[in-house]
Amino acid sequence: MNYTTTHNTASAVRLCDIPTVTYAEFYEDLAAKLSDERYHIAHYFALMEEQSRLRFYCLLLDDHTAEVLITSFTMDYYAENALPSLTALHPQVHPFEREMSERYGVCFGKMPWAKPLRYPFDRINRSQTIDNYPFYAMTGEALHEVNVGPIHAGIIEPGAFRFVCNGENVLHLEIALGYQHRGVESLFTTTDNRLRQLLLAESIAGDSTIAHATAFTEAIEKLTHRTAQFDTERSIALELERMAMGIADTGALCMDVGYQLGQVACEALRTMTINTTQAWCGNRFGKGLIRPAGTNHPLTPQKAVMISHNVAEICGRYCEVCDDVRNAPTLLARFEQCGIVMHEQMAQIGGVGQAARASGMQRDLRTSHPWGTYQHIHHTPITETDGDVMARLKMRFTEVQTSAAWIAQLLDNFTPTEPSSPDYTTPLAASSLAFGLVEGWRGETCHVVVTNSTGAIATCKIKDPSLHNWSALALAVRGEGISDFPICNKSFNLSYCGHDL
Amino acid sequence: MILPKIKVLHSHGSQYIPDLCRVELTEEFRGRPILTQSGSHAVLEAAAQRCPTGALSTTPFALDLGRCMFCGECARIAPDSIRFTNDYRLGSPTRQGLVVHAGDTHIAFPTAAVRPELPHLFAHSLHLREVCAGGEGSVEMELNATGNVNFDFGRFGVSFTASPRHADGVVISGAITEQMSEPLAICYDAVPDPKLLIACGTEACSGGLFAESRAINRTFFDNHTPDLWLPGTPTHPMTFIDGVMTLLGLKTRK
Repeated sequence: MNYTTTHNTASAVRLCDIPTVTYAEFYEDLAAKLSDERYHIAHYFALMEEQSRLRFYCLLLDDHTAEVLITSFTMDYYAENALPSLTALHPQVHPFEREMSERYGVCFGKMPWAKPLRYPFDRINRSQTIDNYPFYAMTGEALHEVNVGPIHAGIIEPGAFRFVCNGENVLHLEIALGYQHRGVESLFTTTDNRLRQLLLAESIAGDSTIAHATAFTEAIEKLTHRTAQFDTERSIALELERMAMGIADTGALCMDVGYQLGQVACEALRTMTINTTQAWCGNRFGKGLIRPAGTNHPLTPQKAVMISHNVAEICGRYCEVCDDVRNAPTLLARFEQCGIVMHEQMAQIGGVGQAARASGMQRDLRTSHPWGTYQHIHHTPITETDGDVMARLKMRFTEVQTSAAWIAQLLDNFTPTEPSSPDYTTPLAASSLAFGLVEGWRGETCHVVVTNSTGAIATCKIKDPSLHNWSALALAVRGEGISDFPICNKSFNLSYCGHDL
Repeated sequence: MILPKIKVLHSHGSQYIPDLCRVELTEEFRGRPILTQSGSHAVLEAAAQRCPTGALSTTPFALDLGRCMFCGECARIAPDSIRFTNDYRLGSPTRQGLVVHAGDTHIAFPTAAVRPELPHLFAHSLHLREVCAGGEGSVEMELNATGNVNFDFGRFGVSFTASPRHADGVVISGAITEQMSEPLAICYDAVPDPKLLIACGTEACSGGLFAESRAINRTFFDNHTPDLWLPGTPTHPMTFIDGVMTLLGLKTRK
């Protein structure tokens, strides 16, 4: 089939260069390609064009060749024919099809589980509300339902979980999201203030500030023909974010099984990590650090020494915690063989990030579609095979240590970039599409920016790694005791607002 | 098996901040801004134009921290007029108190603006129910951090609780999404009187970047007025701790 072939470091693609195929061709080709694990969809969305036509864009990633394949098809907005759904063949298409049918009323024929995704304010059917989400129900005298949320016990974001249980055992979990919907994507199009757009990107998911800001900035730099000069700084910031969250999750898992020593040790180490980011850029989450074609917080030699020193200490102490957890039978008894997601399931649902790698998938954009510094440092994906809570925890152990090693290596060879102010004014290339693909700590973070004929942003479509990985959590708890839900949930630590946008 | 634990404990050492009233943050931290009535008006206009949330106004010259994203761009455009300091004492008992004017040397915390019963009721024990209504997770993580091994706000009897029935008040984070407006109201109603209300983070204070979004419903604030407003993206744990302690009369500002 006809694709435009590009890669993660290429410049923007003109919309007229993206082929338009028929849906039949699209369906046939995707049905075949997605059977191979080397391919998965980075994004698939519809955009309203002139004369009430919808143009559907699909970005397909080929992990073997580092290629990004882009194609499109169109359809009349008022057409009533149904497009055969790909979901039944490839569940990874599910959230995309749900989003398009919820937003534009596109009918995907025979789509299983045809339910709203996030109840956006601009959904086509306003009578569908989150209060009447159509939860799957099972009946039987032995069964009962447990509802959790939208407000949870701890200080976390809202979302509704509905368990169907047989005694203590979970038969089924369904997760209804949308409570966090803030209209992020539409706000990108209602302003031409580039700084405001950037702050929106920073506000998509607080724990992935760097990942989302980098993805958006990469897309903007492609549209302004600016080459990034701060690749090393961005990688260091991204790896610091990965360390901070890996340590936070280790502490949270220890907390949930009542292991206070592991919890407090990790709390202190996370504080030290985010305080390092704060000492660099003034914000513990890295807000303000990533800016297009410049930076307000150059990495001075003094700061480089500070980061290097702190990272070495954090890593050393964190290794001791890892060692302790690995040697504690009481902890292993809880973490091992709990919340298993098989490799095959992960591949089907299009799982990404460390959760997918914990189930044996090799999927890591730093390796498959490297950008910036990652083109030179040749990262090898870290994987585990068991797919259980312990495997996801061990992913944190190794990823934190690897990130610390990368930071040390990048700082060793670091020569400060000539400071330059961020660029908020260069016009964007008109009628073009650009994307940013970044492997954040949680996984694949994708921003696709499409501009209109005047160079304004027509849409900014965002894919947080949580979009697909929420399905993995639902699969993980099947057959587990409901009391194991908290550790299963923490082992994924997914974003609600990243999903709800 | 015990040896690894001893190692962890030894390296961990003592992590708590001995005196929460004497904390100074890094110079890089962007906290309370200082505005000076000098420099060119045109430059200031340019800074106001760039401001992503319209927090900066030129006539009269003022910066509304309730809308400020603390990105610091205005201070880079107009360094003669605006400078961010590392002062984290940003909490105010009134929404209007978050507006910084030229010449202000601190965020005022007039005790007259505090409901007089609050210190009496809650100064020794305060259990809060946090409701995230559109917050993107960072304010929530900072609120969690207030109780962690470093900040240990629990030493003053302030902590977070799961059930609103056990709570003395509600902390709101996020701009309040349409879909969370009703759960928030239900949760607030479930907290027994007397109770207090805290808006935590710039998004909670004004809606922040999402103030104009159609997915936001802030009618909750038509009927309920927070006792404490805490700006920040996110609110630093020290801003929260300082704000609550000042509200409860455990410390005074200036």
